[in-house]
Amino acid sequence: MLSDKLSKHVEGDLSRRRFLQASAAVGGGLLIGWVPSAEADPDSVQPGEFAPNAFIRIDQKGKVTIVSPAAEMGQGVYTSLPMLIAEELDVGMGDVSVVPSPPSDKLYANPILGGQITGGSLSIRGFYKPLREAGAAARRMLIKAAAEKLGVDASELTTADGYVIHAKSGQKIGYGALADEAAKFPVPTTLALKDTSEFRIIGTPAKRLDGPEKVDGTAKFGIDVQIPGMKTAAIAISPVFGGSLVSVNEAAALAVPGVVQVAKLDDAVAVIADHYWAAKKGLAAAEPKFDEGRNAKLSTADVVAALEKASARDGAVGKKEGDAVGALASAATKLESTYQNPFLAHATMEPLNCTVHVTPDGCDIWVGTQVPANTQLAVSKALGLDRDSVRVHNHLIGGGFGRRLEFDFAVLAALVAKQSKDPVKVIWSREEDIQHDMYRPYYYDKISAGLDAQGKLVAWKHRIVGSSIMARFFPAAFKDGLDPDAIDGAAELPYEIPNFYLDYVREEPPGIPTAFWRGVGPTRNAFVVESFIDELAGAAKNDPVAFRLELTAGKDKRAHHVVERAAAISGWGTPLGPRKGRGIALLSAFGTYTCQVAEVTVSDSGEVHVDRVFVVVDCGQVINPNTVEAQMQSGIIFGISAALWGQITLKDGRVQQSNFDDYRVLRIDEAPKIQVEIVKSSEAPGGIGEPGTSALQPAVANAVFAATGVRVRKLPIEATALRSS
Amino acid sequence: MISLTINGSKVSVPVEGDTPLLWVIRDVLGMTGTKFGCGIGQCGACTVHVDGEPRRSCLTQVSDVTDNEITTIEGIGATKSGKAVQDAWADLEVVQCGYCQSGQIMSAAAIIEMIPEPTDTDIDHGMTGNICRCGTYVRIREAIKQAAKAAAGK
Repeated sequence: MLSDKLSKHVEGDLSRRRFLQASAAVGGGLLIGWVPSAEADPDSVQPGEFAPNAFIRIDQKGKVTIVSPAAEMGQGVYTSLPMLIAEELDVGMGDVSVVPSPPSDKLYANPILGGQITGGSLSIRGFYKPLREAGAAARRMLIKAAAEKLGVDASELTTADGYVIHAKSGQKIGYGALADEAAKFPVPTTLALKDTSEFRIIGTPAKRLDGPEKVDGTAKFGIDVQIPGMKTAAIAISPVFGGSLVSVNEAAALAVPGVVQVAKLDDAVAVIADHYWAAKKGLAAAEPKFDEGRNAKLSTADVVAALEKASARDGAVGKKEGDAVGALASAATKLESTYQNPFLAHATMEPLNCTVHVTPDGCDIWVGTQVPANTQLAVSKALGLDRDSVRVHNHLIGGGFGRRLEFDFAVLAALVAKQSKDPVKVIWSREEDIQHDMYRPYYYDKISAGLDAQGKLVAWKHRIVGSSIMARFFPAAFKDGLDPDAIDGAAELPYEIPNFYLDYVREEPPGIPTAFWRGVGPTRNAFVVESFIDELAGAAKNDPVAFRLELTAGKDKRAHHVVERAAAISGWGTPLGPRKGRGIALLSAFGTYTCQVAEVTVSDSGEVHVDRVFVVVDCGQVINPNTVEAQMQSGIIFGISAALWGQITLKDGRVQQSNFDDYRVLRIDEAPKIQVEIVKSSEAPGGIGEPGTSALQPAVANAVFAATGVRVRKLPIEATALRSS
Repeated sequence: MISLTINGSKVSVPVEGDTPLLWVIRDVLGMTGTKFGCGIGQCGACTVHVDGEPRRSCLTQVSDVTDNEITTIEGIGATKSGKAVQDAWADLEVVQCGYCQSGQIMSAAAIIEMIPEPTDTDIDHGMTGNICRCGTYVRIREAIKQAAKAAAGK
């Protein structure tokens, strides 16, 4: 798996270099942070030095503020990460508040990713140990301070709910009263963390810390920022990728009441006004004209044709075991299929937006981003500023799904704001948001396999063809033509397959920007692999559950168990009505095992309705079961939208979809009943934000086959192919 | 100047009459709980109440609601149904990213205001106009049922 590879690559290295550090916080108090050492970066904070950025701050009143290294976009990290600290620090969740971290790869890098990046379902996996260590270190220092104050041995002291307690004398001191003293001690170098049996917070359904403000409307997302003197801008970007701005009717725009300025960029125009509606009217009046450039004739068919052609090339080898070619040639039964995943937009509920104020000493950026440090760097380059003079103020994110791993919208806003003396909030219309997304790439897969005379899977050959997001986003991880994300979820399968060959061919679509999308590689690959496993079960005249149980039996116990449980809770094998069907899919990715069974009904006109989804998830040690359940529900709903309707298509170089009327997403009346079973486990915690989406699509596609006999090899599912004859 | 009554208060705003209520609320009055999602009445993030009925504020011209009582997420907690919905939302941990939730809560409050014991079909009908990309639908359904019971004093 990608994450495992990355963690092998960086974790050992970082763990040697990391250390805990404390110093006096602004205004007194204790500050603890986990930082990579000076050896890693000469600018990083030195021991004993004042460190304004860290994970924990305890003020003199005992108020605990946790600076979250990861961004909150619904996945629950503003609760789960504080839970890790609160557990070891011995404070109640009710006494903890959370704030976003400022931009800093040095202080807030996810240890697995090596950067301040929230993605890949890696927040808990990356921070599980470091944040507990940060909490434990703070607790030890507070105990030491109390021991001195009370003149007793530290071994006589215990902690609970924000107090150090001396049971013998019946005395207790609040953390706030100890914070100043505690800050003077060196940070302990060896830390004993609690045994899982001692957990009081980890594993409990703690309430979301960001819950109340999201219920009463006071939560502030990037789009809600209000800065004195702020103006609001509407933008139009060249409708064809790579086109350029030719002309704008500036006078007409300025004649609209409320419009104050027109800002021209190479490939876009922004109209700045007192409020968004005036800006939007001004933009319409401006009637911008664009030179469409060399992509003016591009269509989806061109992209697919190029991928198909590229699929004839040999790719970079992702995995090779045994002799797949030889075993295929001698197999009793051979199967070969082509699978296709479409371009997808993210369509976060909060349209893209960013507020920027360019000042004489730098610039301020108010935004909701999954990558604060990358955003800071990109804007500093775009404006020719020192990195440190770009101040990124991160906010709650109204949906990320990978879109806010990019900083294109922040750079654009900065280039607009550079032309204004005022702070400018640039808001993308929904149409701009959909038509200038950075899309999940179109992928084209050729896959073949062989069964022996007993129906046993003996050979597997899979070629993945498509854009490399890693080559752009994480160039260091793209080596020898191999994109580890492209093969994630296709290389390390939980199945016993003696002869295995996987390769990857990079083929970039001209002009179309591609990016991560919820579920990343495993979402694309799970559809291919798990659909094809079903095809093979059919060819082996075996049941899809039985086939998977046989393939996992000697190979992967956790995988085997989730399949067994999913079959059990879904009533696998019990009869359903006509044009109804059940489909199963297994996924081992993100450090988590999930198995889903979807039940669908296909109407006579071919419309698919997902009636129920059963999911069994083994994500190792659970931090917050409430969040695990919510993320399974969330991933499943997100996956259904994509499976049934999700696709971005191109004609004349333009994206043909524009809003929720033609980029359809699931609504409440279309949502299935969802049953989630969480496997009790003390294995290392796995990710939960993305597996739900990944496993859903093949489960539905397999259910459609069960209901209609039509095998889905291309998403979204095409209703016309499923009409009853 | 256009005069409006929002959450019981009278306000005057210097905007053109064709300005959507959404942008008056957000950009002119600075009440940011009501959200922009699509601009074409497809997603429901901008839902407010006009005389107690749910309305998409992105498609409502401000000049059309000068004589009406407008309620936003900032004011809905003062109503019995709104309070019941918000309490149920908090109790069942409905929110995820939270961006669509103001609109969801406004639509839900209108349902239980009109239908004391909403069925699944009532909920489907009243909530289908509100999109949630985080997929909180399962918990929204439960929360509306719980809120209806609480509002009815059960």
